Amino acid sequence: MSVEVALDHEFPGFALEVNFRIEQPGITALFGPSGAGKTSVVNAIAGLLRPRRGRIAVNGRVLFDSDAGIFVPPQARRVGYVFQEPRLFPHMTVEQNLRFGWRRSGRRASEDEIAHIVDLLGLGPLLPRRPRHLSGGEKARTALGRALLSSPEILLLDEPLASLDAARKAEIIPYLERLRDEARLPMLHVSHALDEVSRLADTIVLLNAGKVVAQGSVFDVLTDLALPDFTGASPYGAVLDAEIAAHRPDGLTVLRFAGGELIVPRLQRAEGTRLRVRVRAEDVMLALEAPKAISANNILAVTVEAVKPAGAAHADLRLRCGPTALIARITRASLERLALVPGTSAFAVIKSVTVAPQLDPPAT
Amino acid sequence: MRPRRNEAFRGIWSACAPGGAAILTPPEIEALLLSLRVSAVAVACALPLALLAAVLLSRTRFPGRPLVDGLLYLPLVLPPVAVGFILLSIFGTRAPVGGWLLQHLGIRFVFSWTGAALASGLITFPFQVRAIRLAIEATEMGLSEAAETLGAGRLDRLVNLTLPLALPGIVAGAITAFATSLGEFGAIITFVSNIPGETRTLPLAIYSALQTPGGEVEAARLSALSIVLALIGVTLAALADRRVRTLVGR
Repeated sequence: MSVEVALDHEFPGFALEVNFRIEQPGITALFGPSGAGKTSVVNAIAGLLRPRRGRIAVNGRVLFDSDAGIFVPPQARRVGYVFQEPRLFPHMTVEQNLRFGWRRSGRRASEDEIAHIVDLLGLGPLLPRRPRHLSGGEKARTALGRALLSSPEILLLDEPLASLDAARKAEIIPYLERLRDEARLPMLHVSHALDEVSRLADTIVLLNAGKVVAQGSVFDVLTDLALPDFTGASPYGAVLDAEIAAHRPDGLTVLRFAGGELIVPRLQRAEGTRLRVRVRAEDVMLALEAPKAISANNILAVTVEAVKPAGAAHADLRLRCGPTALIARITRASLERLALVPGTSAFAVIKSVTVAPQLDPPAT
Repeated sequence: MRPRRNEAFRGIWSACAPGGAAILTPPEIEALLLSLRVSAVAVACALPLALLAAVLLSRTRFPGRPLVDGLLYLPLVLPPVAVGFILLSIFGTRAPVGGWLLQHLGIRFVFSWTGAALASGLITFPFQVRAIRLAIEATEMGLSEAAETLGAGRLDRLVNLTLPLALPGIVAGAITAFATSLGEFGAIITFVSNIPGETRTLPLAIYSALQTPGGEVEAARLSALSIVLALIGVTLAALADRRVRTLVGR
C-alpha cells in the first residue's frame, strides 16, 4: 500500500511543488488554507490535471511520469474521486449512479459487496430516487458510495463535507470513520477544517502556498508549534488516541492513552472502545509543583519540549507526556515567572477534554 | 372590401368548426399531409447530421473550425430563394451532382417532394445545430470529469452522459426546425416548383389560392389550418419539453 506524489506545475501567479509519500492505509489529510493547492494535487492524482513535471504512482503502478512520457488517462486510473459538490448524474437514479463506476470497473465488486457498501452508507431507501430528491447529506453519501463501488485503489475526498452544514457534517463523519476503520484502501482527504482532520486523519500532509510544509502522523503535526502559522485562528491543540479503560462507579470514565490516563464524565460506550480525544492548547495550564487542592481531575506530569512565542502576549509550549505530545498556550508573563524552558519538568492541569464524536459533552 | 373580409371570416370558421359543412377539402388534406411529411423527413434526416456537427463544434478543436461554424449558419442568413437557386444549380437534372444522381442512382430531387424535404432540411439545419450545441455546452464539465474518474471513456461519456443530458435541447431544436420547416416557401418554390400533390405544401397552397381570382376564402381556410397546426405544435412542444426534462432529472 503506497502512494507516491511528486509534482511540479505552474499556474498563472502560483507555483505548485509538492512531494510526499503515503505508506499505510487509512486517511491522509491534505490539509492547508484555501488556495494552498490541495485540489490541484488531487486533480493531478486523478488525471484531471496534467502537471508540467513529476511522477505519481499508486501501489507501485505509475499513473504519471513526465520523464518516461507516461500519462494514464483518468478513466484508466482506478481512482475514486469524491468532489466538493456531489456531481451525481441527474438523469439516473441513485442505484444507477452507484453502478456507473461499478459497471466500468475492471474488477467488479460482487453483489454482496455492493449490498455491504449500500448498507454501510445507509443508501438502501434511496436507491430508486433521483438525485434532485436527495438532501445534501444523502447526495454526499451517494457520491461516496459511487466512488467506492468503482473498486478504486485510492480514494480522493476533496472536501466532500465543505458544502454541508454542521448537522449534515455530523451525519457523514461517522460513515467516513467506519470506512477508515474498515476499508483497506488509502484515502486522501482534502480539508481546511481542523476539527475534521483531527477526528479522521491518521497522517497529515500540511500544504501551504503550493508547498508541503509539514508531514507526519496526526499526533505530531497537530502539536507542531509552527502549525498556527498556517492555520491562523483555528482552535489549536493536541489529539490523543485513547481507549476506554474503565467506567468508575462515581459516574466518571477513565481513558488510557500512551503516557497516562484522563478522566472524563461517563461515556456511553463499552470498555476497550478506541476513540480520539482532543485537548485544546488554551485548556492546558502549567504548574511547577503538583497542585494538591484543585478541582481539576486531570493532572499530568510533563516535560517542556519546545517553546514558541504566539502573538504579542502568548507563548505555545510543546509538552511531552511519555510518547504523547500536548500543547499549552500560556501568557508570556507566566512563561517568564515560571522560567519554563525546554527540559523543565512541570505538571499540566487539563481543564477540558473533548471526546469525539462531538455529540458527547466536553469533560471538566 | 367588406364582402371579401366576410368571406374570409366564413372561410376561417368553416375550417375550424368541427362538424361544419366539410371540414377539409381533398386538396387541403393533400397540402396538409404533404407539409407534415416534408417537414418530418427534413427534420429526421437532418437530425443525425446536426448532432454530429454540434458535437464536433462543441467538444473538439480542429483547423478550419471557425469556417465550418460560419458555413453552418449560412442558410439562416441567405434569402431562401437564393438557397433554392443554389440547390437547383447543384441538384438540377442538368447540373453536375443532380445529373449524376439521376443517371446512376435514379434519384431526382427537382419537381419532387424529396427535393422539398432537402430544401427544408437545409434551411432549418442551423436551428437544430444551434439548439443541440447550446445544450451540450450547458452540460456541466464537472459531471463529465466525474464520469471520467469512474472509468468512462470519451464515447461512453458522450452516449451515456452528454447526449441524454442534452436531450431537452435536441428535442427543442427538432421542434423548432419542424415548425420553421412547415412555413418554408422561397427555397421550395424555387427548387422544386409548385406541383399539386407533390411539392405544393401549405404555404405554397396559400400562395396559389391568392393567385387564383376569388381564392381568398381558400387562402383564409389554409391560413387558419396553419394557425391550428402551429397551436398544436406549440402545445406538443411544451408537453414534450416537460416530459423530457423529467426524464433527465432537470
